[in-house]
Amino acid sequence: MHFGPHLLLAALEGLVTSAVLALTALGLSLVFGVMRVVNVAHGEFFMLGAVLAWAITTAIGGHPALGFLAALVISPLIVGGIALVAERLVLRRLDYNPEATIVATIGMLYIIQQLALTFYGPEARPVEPPFTYRILLPWFGYSGYKLSVIATSALLLVATWLVLTRTRIGLVMRATQYDSETAQAFGIPVDRVYGGVFALGAVLAAIAAVLIVPISQAHYLMGQDPLLLSFIVVIIGGLGSLRGTIVAALLIGMSDGIISMFFSPTLAKIIATLLVAMVLVFRPQGLFGTAAR
Amino acid sequence: MTDKNGFFDLSTTGLTRRTALKGLAAGAGLAVAPGFVRYAQAQSSAPIKIGFQSHRTGIGAAYGRWYEKTTAAAVKAINAAGGINGRQVEVIIEDDGTDPGRGAEMVGKFATQHKTDIVFGTLFSHVVIGSAPAAGENKMPYFVVSEGHHVASTKLNRYVFQPGITDVKSQIQSMAPWIAGNVGKKVTMIYPDFAFGYDHRDYLPPALKAQGADVIAQIAIPPTESSFTKYFPQIPAETEVIYHVMVGPAVLTFVKELGEFYGSNRPQLFGFIDSLEATDINSPGLEFLDGSHFWEGSPRYAQPDDSDAQKAYRAAVGIDDNGAAVGDAKDVSTAAHMFGCWETLYVVKKAMEDAGYKGPEDRAKLVEATEALTAFAEGPEHPQGPKTFNGKIHQCFGIQNISKVEGGKLKVVHKTKIEDGLYEAEGDYTTQAL
Repeated sequence: MHFGPHLLLAALEGLVTSAVLALTALGLSLVFGVMRVVNVAHGEFFMLGAVLAWAITTAIGGHPALGFLAALVISPLIVGGIALVAERLVLRRLDYNPEATIVATIGMLYIIQQLALTFYGPEARPVEPPFTYRILLPWFGYSGYKLSVIATSALLLVATWLVLTRTRIGLVMRATQYDSETAQAFGIPVDRVYGGVFALGAVLAAIAAVLIVPISQAHYLMGQDPLLLSFIVVIIGGLGSLRGTIVAALLIGMSDGIISMFFSPTLAKIIATLLVAMVLVFRPQGLFGTAAR
Repeated sequence: MTDKNGFFDLSTTGLTRRTALKGLAAGAGLAVAPGFVRYAQAQSSAPIKIGFQSHRTGIGAAYGRWYEKTTAAAVKAINAAGGINGRQVEVIIEDDGTDPGRGAEMVGKFATQHKTDIVFGTLFSHVVIGSAPAAGENKMPYFVVSEGHHVASTKLNRYVFQPGITDVKSQIQSMAPWIAGNVGKKVTMIYPDFAFGYDHRDYLPPALKAQGADVIAQIAIPPTESSFTKYFPQIPAETEVIYHVMVGPAVLTFVKELGEFYGSNRPQLFGFIDSLEATDINSPGLEFLDGSHFWEGSPRYAQPDDSDAQKAYRAAVGIDDNGAAVGDAKDVSTAAHMFGCWETLYVVKKAMEDAGYKGPEDRAKLVEATEALTAFAEGPEHPQGPKTFNGKIHQCFGIQNISKVEGGKLKVVHKTKIEDGLYEAEGDYTTQAL
């Protein structure tokens, strides 16, 4: 294959990775930005989203699009509900202590993962894409569904940005992130904001998972990679920065696509990790983050 | 002599009749405790303990579940027929998490804590390689059902055996003539970037070369990869056959993306069913595999010429004609590999009987008796087919099936001969000290 089409394919693959990664990492970034909680169980919310999507599409049957749309709505809601319960039962009782919440979310990771193994099983199960349109380019074919994932993810990111910057809820969240004590003094129900943000973070991960599951199947260990990549993205982009998260997700996704296609996938991982190290050394707050107060 | 402090006065030390009875009861309880009885009655009737190192969690969990089912069925059949040397067989399962480090720990646990007679049942090659040294150190016979070439390479140690499933090197060598003659001569390989994949990487090119065919590209894919389209441009345009070996849950993605990339205008495909074990061949996206060929150790779908032994084996394990669990069509088995558990247990039975095996002190005798075996006849104990066994390299050699995907089923189109897969031994375990 010639260089041009080869690069096009690499870029398309990179964009799909970026799109899903941006959504997942945004959830992690929000939770850390507002609550100062490092949610190690984030990847498991991602996995739950995919597993539930499988359960919902299987239960509904009929045309694949019907089940998929239902999954896109119901699965994130259920995952958000589970996250809310976990937040109320665990994180709040720990008083959001940074060290304690890390250990607690590690525990949540294992509990969710093993419950999925027990009730869902060890197999990878496929979900049919809502439509199967193969775009035929002169050099290769490409999945139309993958392109729609990029578009959907972009729309959702814009929507999240609008909520954060243009609505009262967003204002309350930003106030809590900026200074939670002062926000509380001004009558903002910080406690409820925390619950909502934790649930929202899980919802974003679950949506990303529902979008990716027709491409990559639901499996009980699928949360590990997104967690790791989300951490890389959030560290590079700056914790709590929406813009930084998206830029970093694009950077990591595209470089992964292009480097692994022209050189080797291992090199792509090495470079991503090196980038994290460099950012931590020279700009610990991340590319777009602000220094901790 | 006075007893001022009342040391000898039973009435004041509080040794009441109730306390005495309690002590008596405790002593009696100790005597009937399970562990006590086993030692008290010597080994004559105590069960033979087989430690099963199972991939119950981790990446191999789907295999682990079916290996457990097959093992349970085989043990049930062995026990119903009188056990081994008149003793019942008891299986003790430990989960290794499909992890080499934990696998080695489990072998140690079987040796020191459970005091099992042997350890058995490991599939994933990295776990076998990680656990083998622990088996050697504990002088614990370790019977794996792994398919990798590591046992036969003689790089492990004298306590490791693979008597129930043919190794990859032999499989490849026996199938190469058929691939070159019927599928195509310009082959691109796609394989996982770790031990199991390297067996394919190293042994396919010479095997094909001998048949006048060539491997024109080798694409290694990291085992954790979840998206594959980016690798496909590396497949040369003149490729006639894509030879694919993928392990792990991402295989459906692999096939689907291959379909999107090539459409109907694809090269021929030849794959190892390992990718699709425990996966329904009729899953959405797998239509692309229609007409392609697979290696199968033992056929997943019932074949018209199945032997009575094969039918009895399938019934005992509980799989239907489509290779799924009886009563749950969605629960697809790992039929191409799990027969190895059944057959390995019968090899253990034979070797223990030959050795007059009585207990862990006879482990060395068991190793020698296993090494002395030479062939296993096809039958209820070896339903997959006849096998020869090379005691020097601790490896068996059997027939392989090449199946074609037709109408949503796998149909066996070629069976290799045992001789096709024989190769020169690379070493000799029997020269190692016991």
